[in-house]
Amino acid sequence: MMQRRTRATGAGGFRAAVLATLAALSMAAASLPAAAEEPLKIGFGMAETGPLAGTGKSALLAMTIWAEDVNAKGGLLGRQVKLIHYDDQSNPANVPALYAKLIDLDKVDLIISGYATPIIASTIPIAMQHDMVLMGFFGLANNAKFKYDKYFGIFPAGEKPALAIMQPFFDAAMTLNPKPKTVAAVYPEMEFGQSIKNGVKTAAAAAGLQTVYDQGFPPSMTDLTTVVRQIQATNPDIVAIGTQPGQSIAIVRAINEVGLKAKIVGGGMTGLQTTDAEGLLGEQLNGFVNFNIWLPAPKMQYPGVMDFVKRYQERAKAAGVDPIGYYAAPWAYAELQVLGQAVEATKSTAGDKLGPYIHATTFKTIIGDVKFGESGEWAQPRMLAAQFQNVKGNDIEQFKGTDKVVVVSPAEYKSGELLSFEDARR
Amino acid sequence: MTITYPLLVNAVIAGLLMGGFYAALSVGATVAFGLLDIVNIAHPTFAVVGAYAVLVLNRAFNIDPILCGLLLTPIFYGAGMLLYQLYHHFFERRGDDAMRGLAFFFGLMFIAEVAMIMLFGVDFRYVHAPYITTTWNFGAVALPLRLAVPFAGSILMLLALELYLKKTFIGRAIVAVAQDPFALRLVAVSPVRIKRIAFGIACASAALAGAFIIVIEPLQPAVGREFIGRVFAICVFGGLGSLPGTIVAAVSLGLVENLSTIFIGASWSPAVAFGVLLATLAWRPSGLFGRS
Repeated sequence: MMQRRTRATGAGGFRAAVLATLAALSMAAASLPAAAEEPLKIGFGMAETGPLAGTGKSALLAMTIWAEDVNAKGGLLGRQVKLIHYDDQSNPANVPALYAKLIDLDKVDLIISGYATPIIASTIPIAMQHDMVLMGFFGLANNAKFKYDKYFGIFPAGEKPALAIMQPFFDAAMTLNPKPKTVAAVYPEMEFGQSIKNGVKTAAAAAGLQTVYDQGFPPSMTDLTTVVRQIQATNPDIVAIGTQPGQSIAIVRAINEVGLKAKIVGGGMTGLQTTDAEGLLGEQLNGFVNFNIWLPAPKMQYPGVMDFVKRYQERAKAAGVDPIGYYAAPWAYAELQVLGQAVEATKSTAGDKLGPYIHATTFKTIIGDVKFGESGEWAQPRMLAAQFQNVKGNDIEQFKGTDKVVVVSPAEYKSGELLSFEDARR
Repeated sequence: MTITYPLLVNAVIAGLLMGGFYAALSVGATVAFGLLDIVNIAHPTFAVVGAYAVLVLNRAFNIDPILCGLLLTPIFYGAGMLLYQLYHHFFERRGDDAMRGLAFFFGLMFIAEVAMIMLFGVDFRYVHAPYITTTWNFGAVALPLRLAVPFAGSILMLLALELYLKKTFIGRAIVAVAQDPFALRLVAVSPVRIKRIAFGIACASAALAGAFIIVIEPLQPAVGREFIGRVFAICVFGGLGSLPGTIVAAVSLGLVENLSTIFIGASWSPAVAFGVLLATLAWRPSGLFGRS
């Protein structure tokens, strides 16, 4: 009996000890530092391969730096931030499966989009389905049809992107003396080209310009010298171009070969903002005036941006991404700054809390103040026109400074004076 | 718009120069499709592989890109022979229909593109050579060497190949295998061996065509897709298996593209070019130089 009791007492003591240990563990877990909690997961697809990967990988490095910065300060809501990303191969068709995996299997807390307009267009319905906030990276008027109240686009083109891209170019053109009177517009026969065409039409009409050439070309056209000669035959003052990366390179070469004469040339040439294109074309770029979104001009050195750029450039070479990174990297960092600030302020990752807060707030980021309008695009466009000046040879290091890519419009961000196309090429 | 004399002449020159380049790119497909009955849809992609190989050689040893292309031809010849052997073993020998062969080369095209993406990324790649940024001007007429040098290289390559097919025993056997492979056996020549050599030659031409691509435009892995339609249109337009036909068809395509650009607008140029192709085929179903 005694023995039994002892056993019973022993068993009870063991149970009590286990319970006490579990209780202690659970209390300890409750009081553990936040770092031991489940990380706050941000999921996205990104163009790590495919034609958009140049910009996609640059953005990815910037996002990684943001996550490291945030985690060094304790994370978000006391939780470490973890970025979960998959390669969307630059293909919108891959988006639904990737985000289904992110949301259903990885159980991410927040989502952001990949790069750029077509990818975002595939992502918005998924965000709508799950009532999640979606930050869109470099989309043009993606929300015009969806009108989703929790979508926010990081690209300073506002609700009329084609006009926003071309307007600073035309504003710069109209400062030339004598004032230009005629315009030629050239663009590929694709959706982007048609948008640019409409932007040129609106800006040219507002400036009272006569259109002397308005033609597209097939996107697969390898040599554009005949197109450029045709433009030259109309003797325009302004040559407004809207092209995608490969076409931008082809038309710059063709213009150099033909020796096009005009007062101002450029506008909406995608891809010339990348270090790759700058290194390839070198001094062939002199004189071109093209849209841009951020450059380290004195008036655009917002708090933190130069420090970020320095850290990005230190790591870019080893990561095999755009070594200068002015085009995409600061914006990718800023996109997550907006999201991070909203999460901290609302103490939530829920769409119905974050959405109204992001709509109502002006965010301080490394690319300046960010305020979204009703459609989720920037409330006010902030596109730049920048001119290549005094480029020598093909050394990419020269593009790190502010003297080779000079902001010429709008006036509040100018870092130098516009030269006529011919003067800039002398 | 008024069509001025310089505009017209320069458009003709640009058409001729681009036509020469199209011919270099198409000749391998002409040999494979026209003479061997192999629908090698991956041929433009093989040329892009050649362009990347040129890029590697150019960066490593600072050799002229077109010379790099020439140096690479033996390697591409060997690779082509090996590839034909695989194709023969898995498809041709079994008498599988051409659609399966087409699927084989279609798959190969995707594999090659993905491999190039993995190895080189998707950024635009390029080479430097003095002639790439030089244009010779003769009054109002301009001759961009970026196009003229590949044109000259293409014409030389096609002439050399035509001479080889006409003057050598193997060359004549290649032409013969297209007409009657069984007759070749009667003179103790293996049709498979001849086809292997011919496919090797087709692939070797891709190395040089790749050098021309990287001289003419910046390179990225999917650039070959731009040319698939043109390459096969030229094969059919010129007459299957005819090298003179390939040159004439390629130059005609280049001219039609450029002249339609100045007369009715660049947007119409592919439609006009392929319209001319269809009209010609209606008139001559076997192509310009094809045997009826």
